[in-house]
Amino acid sequence: MDLAFMWSTFLQLLSGVPLTLNLSFTSVAFGAVFAMILALMRMSGVRVPDVIARGYVFVFRGTPLLVQIFLIYYGLGQFRPTLQEWGLWGFFREPYWCAVLALTLNTAAYASEIIRGGLQAVPHQQVEAARACGMSGFLLFRRIVFPIAVRQALPAYGSEIILMVKATSLASIITMMEVTGLAAKLISQTFRAIEIFVVAGAIYLILNFVITRIIMAIEWWLSPHLRRPPSVEPKLEAAHV
Amino acid sequence: MSEAAIPSAAMSQVAPNAALSRTGAHPVSTATTPAVSVHNLRKSFGPLEVLKGVSLEAREGDVISILGASGSGKSTMLRCINMLEVPDSGEVKIGGEAIRLKQTRRGMEPADQSQVDRIRSRVAMVFQSFNLWSHMTILENVIEAPVHVQKRPKAECVAEAEALLEKVGIVDKRNQYPSHLSGGQQQRAAIARALAMRPQVMLFDEPTSALDPELVGEVLRVMRSLAEEGRTMLVVTHEMGFARDVSNRVMFLHKGVVEEEGAPAEVFGAPKSERFKQFISSHR
Amino acid sequence: MQQLSYFELVGFGPNGWGWALLTATAMTLAVALCGFLVGSVVGTLVAWAKLSRNIAARWLADGYTTVLRGIPDLLVIYLFYFGGSAALSAIGSLFGAEGFIGVPAFVTGALAIGIVSGAYQAEVFRGAYQVVSRGEIEAARSVGMHRWLMFRRIIAPQVLRYAIPGLGNTWQLVLKESALISVTGLVELLRQSHIAAGSTRRPFDFYLTAGVLYLAITWVSTYLFQRAETHSMRGMRRAS
Repeated sequence: MDLAFMWSTFLQLLSGVPLTLNLSFTSVAFGAVFAMILALMRMSGVRVPDVIARGYVFVFRGTPLLVQIFLIYYGLGQFRPTLQEWGLWGFFREPYWCAVLALTLNTAAYASEIIRGGLQAVPHQQVEAARACGMSGFLLFRRIVFPIAVRQALPAYGSEIILMVKATSLASIITMMEVTGLAAKLISQTFRAIEIFVVAGAIYLILNFVITRIIMAIEWWLSPHLRRPPSVEPKLEAAHV
Repeated sequence: MSEAAIPSAAMSQVAPNAALSRTGAHPVSTATTPAVSVHNLRKSFGPLEVLKGVSLEAREGDVISILGASGSGKSTMLRCINMLEVPDSGEVKIGGEAIRLKQTRRGMEPADQSQVDRIRSRVAMVFQSFNLWSHMTILENVIEAPVHVQKRPKAECVAEAEALLEKVGIVDKRNQYPSHLSGGQQQRAAIARALAMRPQVMLFDEPTSALDPELVGEVLRVMRSLAEEGRTMLVVTHEMGFARDVSNRVMFLHKGVVEEEGAPAEVFGAPKSERFKQFISSHR
Repeated sequence: MQQLSYFELVGFGPNGWGWALLTATAMTLAVALCGFLVGSVVGTLVAWAKLSRNIAARWLADGYTTVLRGIPDLLVIYLFYFGGSAALSAIGSLFGAEGFIGVPAFVTGALAIGIVSGAYQAEVFRGAYQVVSRGEIEAARSVGMHRWLMFRRIIAPQVLRYAIPGLGNTWQLVLKESALISVTGLVELLRQSHIAAGSTRRPFDFYLTAGVLYLAITWVSTYLFQRAETHSMRGMRRAS
């Protein structure tokens, strides 16, 4: 274990972290929007959107992410003339956008199931109480259904975010120099696989730890209703003589 | 005929034409349009016909207890009034306004959701399992509908909410979450939530059935004071004491049909149907 | 060069890559199965460690699952492939062999998959064990079964039964990870598609075919696991 070497490796790999985080959060964000749409399609009760959404989820969860990346990055090259005509080639030849697109489409499939689970876990009786007060449509969704669904879905969604951070490592295969890409390059230059693996692994573990803590903090912030009740507020004590 | 007493400025929601009845228990309305008018409701769930043509008319200030065994259709009838269930046939009128229905592939549905929403904001329901919104504090629960459905200014709603919570006796819990309150406290919060909408009619669906026996009394006390103010209340209940002492009319449902109806003294004193006699004796 | 139709490309004719793709699919299944089995062995050991009374064992096991579930699979694959080769070359040079000795990609691939899968399977086994009724274990002890017998006749069958859904999920994960081994040169399905794509300049057609083949394997796997679950649950009342 050459500590000096590992330290210099650490500094080099650190320069890949911004790209790792960039890829992760961009695809999680776009993926969440798309996942919301898919979840609503699944729960719409209308046959056609339901089947389409189910098919989408089946395909994107049933094939390896790397196949999806290759399909977009290499596969679409087969249609280069057409894409150039439509002015889209600039987008599809960039490894960054191909990676983001593939990651987005992939996470949308998993996230839509998580969101759907959260929506279905909203207690039916609380929805009924809201309807009985005259709420419906978007108001009902915005004030009652969505807030409760988010709290139900957050733990599972947190796991999905961690998985996405790991998934960004596949972008290295299409030339993106995020942490894994830099690690692979270093290994091929120095052949010191074990030390580089340890450093790279440590970086990912640190990222995971930080992100997990942030999500736990958000969960804690959103769920005062699940914690123990506060002791009686002192100012009211005095008033209650 | 004297006017019903109005306890405080915030409580000026008593029916305008209320007058004290001879027994002094609660005011009796002199208005001619019934607050709730339900005519010949039929409702089936699949092959099971739950309501076989029930009708009911409630004038302002009426407190009607609806009794019956489980499966008699009493909750279903109540839920048809605010369209949480849609009847297969029959008519529901609130304050003279008939709720318009239409026939669709999936059965009967409200023809105009905004009419239903509008009517629902005038008809408040208190549920057996309280159904408070778990992610909001008690205060937030109470002001939610006034602010977001009735679009009243928030400061006014908060002030009124605090007064209502004071009235039902849990104002010190207003910043706590429903999961931190006992069953009786949660149900009183639910009643405050219903009152905050300034309803013309209040529906109670077995409000004390999910409560431990010690907690039933506190909720019945609140309901009794509401009745004495002259509110129009329809209460599905198993509490015979309430039916006998507080309500001014009693209905007994059996298998989707109204078997007995009338003032408590008549109905309990001289029950006409065998089944109702059995029902009373088994629920003593 | 005349334009071949899609079906000629993936078919079994003279220009078709059909056989190559099918062979590669078999390779995918082979490496996935080996990896999964390695994972089962590792997972059982790690689950046992997690449930043991020994604090050191629990710590090590927890560390193992945390680390292996927290780092990208690709890194583990690189570690085993390049690291294994480097280690082997180092050993080889001790004996006088020169140059780079590569470890077969199949071996490093299966090991890498197995080590990662072991972390997930450990969680599945641990959860399944905790569902097994304490009462049944007590009954076994009270009739005098010693530990190995109890494990073999009472615990293991029940754990397996409850673990089937979770194992189904981890199998799907292993299948998808097998595609990552293509970066080490093993000619499984994705690598073969990549080669064919490069050779015929029809990447979309081949990657699409690869996707369809993966989906087919997924579908059949799901069906088989559901059959296994139903079969294992016979005679048990479900909470409806």
